[in-house]
Amino acid sequence: MPETVSERESKILSIIETARAKRPKFRDSHITMSHGAGGKATTSLIEGLFVPAFASPTLEALADAGAVRIDWLELALTTDSFVVKPLRFPGGSIGELAVNGTVNDLAMAGARPLALTLSLVLEEGLSAETLRGEVRVIARAAREANVQIVAGDTKVVERGHADGMYVCTTGLGRRDPRARLAPDRLQPGDRILVSGTIGEHGTAIMLARGELGLDADIESDTCSLWPTVDGLLDAAGAGLHCLRDATRGGVASVLNELARASGVAMIVREAAVPVQPAVAGAAEILGIDPMYVANEGKLVAFVGSEHAARALAALRAIPGGEDAAEIGEVKTDPPGMVLVETAFGGRRVMDQLVGDPLPRIC
Amino acid sequence: MKFVDEFRDAELGRALAGEILAVVEPSRHYKIMEVCGGHTHAIYKYGVDDLLPANVELVHGPGCPVCVIPMGRVDDGISLAHEPGVIFTCFGDMVRVPGSSQTLLDARAEGADVRIVYSPLDALRIAKQNPDREVVFFAIGFETTAPSTALTLRRAKAENVGNFSVMCSHVTIVPPLRALLESPDLRLDGFIGPGHVATIVGARPFQFLPDQYGKPVAISGFEPLDLLQSVLMVLRQLAEGRAEVENQYARVVPWEGNLRALEIMSEVFALRAHFEWRGLGFISQSALRLSDAYAEWDAEERFSVPGVRVADPKACQCGEVLKGVIKPWECKVFGTACTPERPIGTCMVSPEGACAAYYNYGRFAREREVA
Repeated sequence: MPETVSERESKILSIIETARAKRPKFRDSHITMSHGAGGKATTSLIEGLFVPAFASPTLEALADAGAVRIDWLELALTTDSFVVKPLRFPGGSIGELAVNGTVNDLAMAGARPLALTLSLVLEEGLSAETLRGEVRVIARAAREANVQIVAGDTKVVERGHADGMYVCTTGLGRRDPRARLAPDRLQPGDRILVSGTIGEHGTAIMLARGELGLDADIESDTCSLWPTVDGLLDAAGAGLHCLRDATRGGVASVLNELARASGVAMIVREAAVPVQPAVAGAAEILGIDPMYVANEGKLVAFVGSEHAARALAALRAIPGGEDAAEIGEVKTDPPGMVLVETAFGGRRVMDQLVGDPLPRIC
Repeated sequence: MKFVDEFRDAELGRALAGEILAVVEPSRHYKIMEVCGGHTHAIYKYGVDDLLPANVELVHGPGCPVCVIPMGRVDDGISLAHEPGVIFTCFGDMVRVPGSSQTLLDARAEGADVRIVYSPLDALRIAKQNPDREVVFFAIGFETTAPSTALTLRRAKAENVGNFSVMCSHVTIVPPLRALLESPDLRLDGFIGPGHVATIVGARPFQFLPDQYGKPVAISGFEPLDLLQSVLMVLRQLAEGRAEVENQYARVVPWEGNLRALEIMSEVFALRAHFEWRGLGFISQSALRLSDAYAEWDAEERFSVPGVRVADPKACQCGEVLKGVIKPWECKVFGTACTPERPIGTCMVSPEGACAAYYNYGRFAREREVA
């Protein structure tokens, strides 16, 4: 009997899903900007080149921070480089990002941030005033996040090589005994929470570059997320299954990574996702979905359904967390896929981005 | 968001879906082509087809500006980008389109100065800021984007910017529609007309569709309610045995079009005798070149470009997808050899391309249950 059209369609779709579920290969001949955009090209670089080369079980977990165990002591270690352009933007600067970004990667592993190292790559000709300003900002952000800067390094490169300055921080944290966070703890029925309005950081950077001729009052959301994680752990404890900060690639990329890593499906209710009107407007004009825009002070939490209400209340109780919301749910089928119920009443896939033409944002 | 949310109201959508259901004959299968890639994108993005009855099929048309650019033309652009001293500017969609050996993004990784701009005026600004460099703008698009290229060229001429030139690949919408209707392998019942093109050219140029081919047309806006209403307008015409051009997008589209835009286009551009369309072959008088008065700013005059015609990869069925003959997933390489991260055909590159829209948004959309 001949197959119906829809049978043929689903057969082809299942072949595609099998192909998608395989570990991506890195087959490109050159590095392009797509490899840094946090989408599929970045995934192919990490999972197709780095992870297989280093053969480390800790790295294979693809967490924001790696777990290090010394006798009974459980530590978390992470590192991050910051190459944002412009150096200063509404709501923050490269120095603040460098502290908060690394602190947040530790926090996502359920680790209380303890210490940072700081490496600076400075461009010949950088004004000393700019450097002094960033050093002040770094000191303040570290104080606010309650971490010490314990070591550092400085390199200077020729004019034209580093956009003023690049900053690299490495962070050490101690795993909180309340935390049991891992992608494989995601379960069907888990609720998906976001800690506030999304898309501010990436939009603020795009507008600050002044290339789009748009003007709006949008500030980066950069901040330390440890207090938020602390509050969530108090409220939900082991009911908190996994955390991710929605940086490069936005909330959509975080959901896709985890859906693939854990072999679950996710459904997001578009109408429930909190977005500031100015961000929604800018995204509309630029043809960008805020779900793919970077944040530097927002996390996505996956919480067992019985703990969801308390966790959401805890998020909303934190200053700046008033807009926290439950945006969706973890499901079983189709595995590895994130689907959106559009506000209009239709349904679509929300895939990982391939790479984007957006400027460097962190 | 004010002035946007009104056009995405789910309740009104359900009401329109009910009206559509009341108009269709259950035993008849309807094929309606949305001409414009922007419509294809919106249909998948909002899940508009989830609200249509199963016997109303939307067929994706040829109106995606990136998708219709043939491979040889992409190669010409890449060759210009590699010229010493050239800053090559284009819209973001173009940088990932595969030429026969590389993309513009690859060219940039190899050292070519390729820059993404949001408007041709940005390219002109780059030219003024870099007087010792040659700045080329890769102009693509239908009548929607052609006026902004024309305006930029007029300004370049007025300000005598000598280091700026345009590689003009603007195309026009009517000739490919005619070619489609002459093609025997496609049976269509009506058209959702391209709202943004019509903003420039008006509704009148689409009159040939009912007059010569007996096909109803509704010129449509780009919000989900616009699209549902336009589908309803076409279905009503079919039910009542009418065939005419109706203007759903009257809040933007004047019947006569934008006369000032048309005037500046006729000053700056002239029709090419022939132009090759990806998958559709050569179509006469279907594209624009710079007029003789602007020859000085024509990149194809200023530089030597290979101008070699390159056959599409054998496996690629973009032509059939562009003509609406096959659905994206029916292409032999869809989703396996050809994916958004490693596209073979143009339809998989641009967000307006039918394959990219279906791959990124459409998969599993029809499956109502998520377990």
